[in-house]
Amino acid sequence: MGLWQQYLRPQNLADALHTLAALSDSGEAVAVVAGGTDILLDLDQGRHAAVETLVDVTAVEEMLEIRQVDETVHIGAAVPLREVIDDALVRANATALVEACELIGGPQVRNVATLGGNVAHALPAADGTIALLALGAEAQVASAQGATWIPMEELFVSPGEPSFDRAHDLVVRFRFPALREGEASAFRRIMRPQGVAIAILNMGARLRSDESGIIQEARLAIGPAGPRPRRAWATEQAIEGNMLDEDSFWRALNALREEVSLRTSPHRATAEYRSHLLASLLRQTLVAALSRVGQEV
Amino acid sequence: MNGAESARSKLEPQTMELAVNGEARQVHVGPGEMLSDVLRYQLELTGTKIGCGEAECGTCTVLVDGHPVLSCVYPALKATGRSVRTIEGLSENGHLHPLQEAFVKYGAVQCGFCIPGQIMTAAALLERTADPSEAEIRKALKDTLCRCAGYPTIIRSIQAAALSVRTGEAIAEPDLPTASDTRVVGQLVARPDAVEKVDGSAKFADDYSFPGMLFGATLRAGRPHAVLRRLDISAASKAEGVAAVVTAEDIEGEIHHGLVVKDWPALVGIGERVRYVGDAVALVAAGTPETARSALDLIEADYEELPVVSGPLQARLADAPEIHESGNLLKHIKVRKGDIKAGFEEADIILEDTYHTAITEHAFLEPECSIARLTDEGRLEVYVGSQIPYADRSQIARCLGMPDDKVRVIGTLIGGGFGGKEDIAGQIHAAMLAKATGKPVKILYDRHESLLVHPKRHATQIRVKLGAKADGTLVAAETELYGDTGAYASLGEKVMTRATTHSAGPYIVPHVKADCYAMYTNNPPAGAFRGFGVTQAIFAVESIMDDLAEQLEMDPIELRLKNALEVGSLTNTGQELRDSVGLVECIDRVSARMHEFATEPFVSTVPEGQPRKRRAWGFAAAYKNTGLGGGAPDKASAEVEIYKDGTAEVRSSSAEIGQGLVAVLQMIAAEELTVPVDRVRVLLSDTDLTPDGGPTTASRQTYVTGNAVRHATEVVKQAMASTLAERYDVPPAQIEFQEGLAQINGRKVELGKAVEIMEGEGRKARATYEYWAPTTQALGTGGDMHFAFSFAAQAVEVEVNLDTGEVRVLRVIAANDVGKVINPLGLLGQVEGGVMMGLGNAITERFIVEQGRVITDRLARYRMPGILHTPEIVSITVEHPSADGPYGAKGVGEITSIPTTPAITNAIYHACGVRIKHLPVDQDWLALELARLNGGS
Repeated sequence: MGLWQQYLRPQNLADALHTLAALSDSGEAVAVVAGGTDILLDLDQGRHAAVETLVDVTAVEEMLEIRQVDETVHIGAAVPLREVIDDALVRANATALVEACELIGGPQVRNVATLGGNVAHALPAADGTIALLALGAEAQVASAQGATWIPMEELFVSPGEPSFDRAHDLVVRFRFPALREGEASAFRRIMRPQGVAIAILNMGARLRSDESGIIQEARLAIGPAGPRPRRAWATEQAIEGNMLDEDSFWRALNALREEVSLRTSPHRATAEYRSHLLASLLRQTLVAALSRVGQEV
Repeated sequence: MNGAESARSKLEPQTMELAVNGEARQVHVGPGEMLSDVLRYQLELTGTKIGCGEAECGTCTVLVDGHPVLSCVYPALKATGRSVRTIEGLSENGHLHPLQEAFVKYGAVQCGFCIPGQIMTAAALLERTADPSEAEIRKALKDTLCRCAGYPTIIRSIQAAALSVRTGEAIAEPDLPTASDTRVVGQLVARPDAVEKVDGSAKFADDYSFPGMLFGATLRAGRPHAVLRRLDISAASKAEGVAAVVTAEDIEGEIHHGLVVKDWPALVGIGERVRYVGDAVALVAAGTPETARSALDLIEADYEELPVVSGPLQARLADAPEIHESGNLLKHIKVRKGDIKAGFEEADIILEDTYHTAITEHAFLEPECSIARLTDEGRLEVYVGSQIPYADRSQIARCLGMPDDKVRVIGTLIGGGFGGKEDIAGQIHAAMLAKATGKPVKILYDRHESLLVHPKRHATQIRVKLGAKADGTLVAAETELYGDTGAYASLGEKVMTRATTHSAGPYIVPHVKADCYAMYTNNPPAGAFRGFGVTQAIFAVESIMDDLAEQLEMDPIELRLKNALEVGSLTNTGQELRDSVGLVECIDRVSARMHEFATEPFVSTVPEGQPRKRRAWGFAAAYKNTGLGGGAPDKASAEVEIYKDGTAEVRSSSAEIGQGLVAVLQMIAAEELTVPVDRVRVLLSDTDLTPDGGPTTASRQTYVTGNAVRHATEVVKQAMASTLAERYDVPPAQIEFQEGLAQINGRKVELGKAVEIMEGEGRKARATYEYWAPTTQALGTGGDMHFAFSFAAQAVEVEVNLDTGEVRVLRVIAANDVGKVINPLGLLGQVEGGVMMGLGNAITERFIVEQGRVITDRLARYRMPGILHTPEIVSITVEHPSADGPYGAKGVGEITSIPTTPAITNAIYHACGVRIKHLPVDQDWLALELARLNGGS
């Protein structure tokens, strides 16, 4: 009878956590819903086990703020993507995230979908997740026992499985360092026109370069390039300390090829095609980010 | 309600307050209810449509606190305390919103099913952006799909509305050429069903409800090839809320239905064969759709699995499992003209290649829905959006063991058809359940079921061998086609016949040999789909024509002009074309327009600042028959009646599927009666009230039913004239109809007055006319296989990303010889929509079936082109009148779509040197192919 029997809309975090824990501990099949654009379809199409109760967190006030705290930007996990995209603070500090969110779904979906939902789904190529990883974000995960900040890199176990306990924990908000002098970010993805609208490959980059054009710091994330959304550590190292010229680009590309694990997704992309795309995607993303710190590449 | 209250009873509806269209409402929300459920079924605001139920199509868009959301995946309780606006709430004080007005005036409304979603999405945009750019409109409407695909017109409408809002002035007139020799025909006339489609009052089948109505659900076999061994419905029958469970044993009449061959079982019986995953095994009627669906899970069915035939080539192997008792060959179709051997001996150059096209899906935005009920008189009424109401009636009657006249099919509005609503879907099932329960029963497919069940476009393999002289003159064409007609015949034989007869292209070829094998497989059935086989055939032949031009070092346009059909030419089947062959003009005019954009259109260029991209143009020509042809009697009946108030009603069973027939028939009657269009009403698709207009297929309705209306009007006018002649004592010939008046030697009599006089004499001003199109001959006789052909040429500019293989279509120039334009706004809709469907066929669409199992069983996996794929579309109208068509008109609906695919793939070849032989274009393959050509990445 319907996708759920009970639909709860707690108004604050304590209530949400208490409700979630109480229902879970009583053995009830319960799931958290934010925008619902993924989980409701998963439930309807049998990809998610049936639930009795949905706990809607989009009215939880603690999860709805975007603000600057000292030198970090905080984004509530239940803020609709449209608000993330339109927010002046986010636009000034996280172009990669704005670009990623603008590519998620269509306008109607972005009016309800949230970053928390995108991350909690734990898919290796989730656009919002990849952008947050590149920005160096942490997620605040709360349970009835308290809250901790977890680096994005530690938030995932396997496709669809986050490291936190979805039966008890909530991702409350994300934070990442505000932009410093000489820093910029970018997000790019490659799609195909047939089939499911999931990136064949996507990439986020956050770069800091000095006045001479040398990249002092690089943070790159790529998906789907393994069972989890991941940073491209070796590629970052290959980039850091260099200007981006043809030589350093090819070194970076080789490092990227070495470290990623690409697979074939039936009807979507072959591993060979994904590997072929790495060059174009890396170039597009780096060029876009560097152009924003005033560098022509 | 908050979390602390969670202990209360879960199944109890929760009360919620919200504002809907400015009015405070209190509603009770049950488990699992989405906002769309509350709006449609509780508040009866049925203007909000459900196209997919999976957040893909945008038809269900409503505004929540001013922001567009998809109401079909928006839990109703989320709207607590919020302000919801639906299409019904957009007009103010009885005045249409400027967007609604502009959509009507510009012809953006076609089938109308997506329109509430388009308008609500656009309304939210205009509230934030007073003067949206085209880019902003495209961004806002990215996921609001229109399968009629009049995207350019939608953009123009939104811009016109925005301008009107900013300036306070009336919506500007659309800028389109109009006819000079006719008063109504060829003029800009808003279609009569447009207003109801923009204000949300238009009713499609699922918008109807009857007291006591039950909901039906269908158990599908879910396996491609098997024998049903056991079926146990006892648990389902006993389930609470279930009114009836019906199986093949309950069929009182014939088990099989079918439009041509009766080979499709309404339900598979025990011991009988399952031939595809969508075969129906049992039906349930229950008080709610959920109860009916859950009861399906209680039915136990055992099957003996059989080996699967997954493609037409396999189906033709000697040891292939037999799907039907008659074997796997539905039809071997042959075309023979001249002496093929001698033809190739004459040739200086011979090219041969093989092409593959995919199964594609109509993806009309309105999923199938049928409602059946018994009347007090014991007759059966079926409400359904069907392309062939009389065929539905006879198939329902036959299966239920009832005489035809005990069944009435009442056509509702149709949210897109494209050929996909010609076969039986839930009509017979709903009727069986209504009979079993004595109550009205609705069967509404969700998108998943729609994708699984209805017939698709045939996948084909087409081998083409062309022989030409050194100067480009074609001398011989040999083609071999395989068509995958799936589990049941549907219209497969007809479709593949059209593919075969058009497989040498719109050219003069003295020696032709074509063989086609239309094969049964265990895939979903394939049947009619806009283009009707010609889409596939033209892709193949127009691809090899470009290769031929290259080999001969000829301009591809010159090669086509050299061989183009003209008046006096013989077609591939030996038919002499006596009139209305505008192909050369189409080619010339597209070529001229294209050369305004590029002096060397077929040479690859590098767009400025994008060194890894390439652009070029491609060209293709096509022709397509109007009407059934091949010796089939092609007739349509229409009735015209004039009333005392001076208004007229036109009646025919022909279907309005978005193509604009309702406007065409209204305009023809108004033209003939010399009255304004708003004096004419059109009633379609009711087997009790409207005479048989025949199937809405083969681009035939404007021609055939259009003629029937024209003649019926003439008969009524003659009857009026003879009455008036007696009354005023003048010869009937002296009575003329002008400006909506009968003119009798200077005396003017209003039509209504004339009707009054007739009725005073006990006569109605009413006539039915059965129009028979010119006779055609069967294939192989060499005579007139068709009574008319439409012609077209298109040029397409594409951009290819050499690194990623991504293809973007930038511009399309389309010329169509339609004989005579009846409705310019409707024609533009057909051109834009046809081009977009052709673009989808080339770039985005592939219905994937593996070993008989459907992979693309959700709309999320089957992507039709959206507004972001939409190129600039330039439409050029060519009018070479057809001798018998109304005012010279001939078919439009299909020809607009056919050249697009090969024009795109030819452009890709010119841009990057890779020849596409498999549809749709696979960018994965293309990128790797480009890397290989250029010596590795």
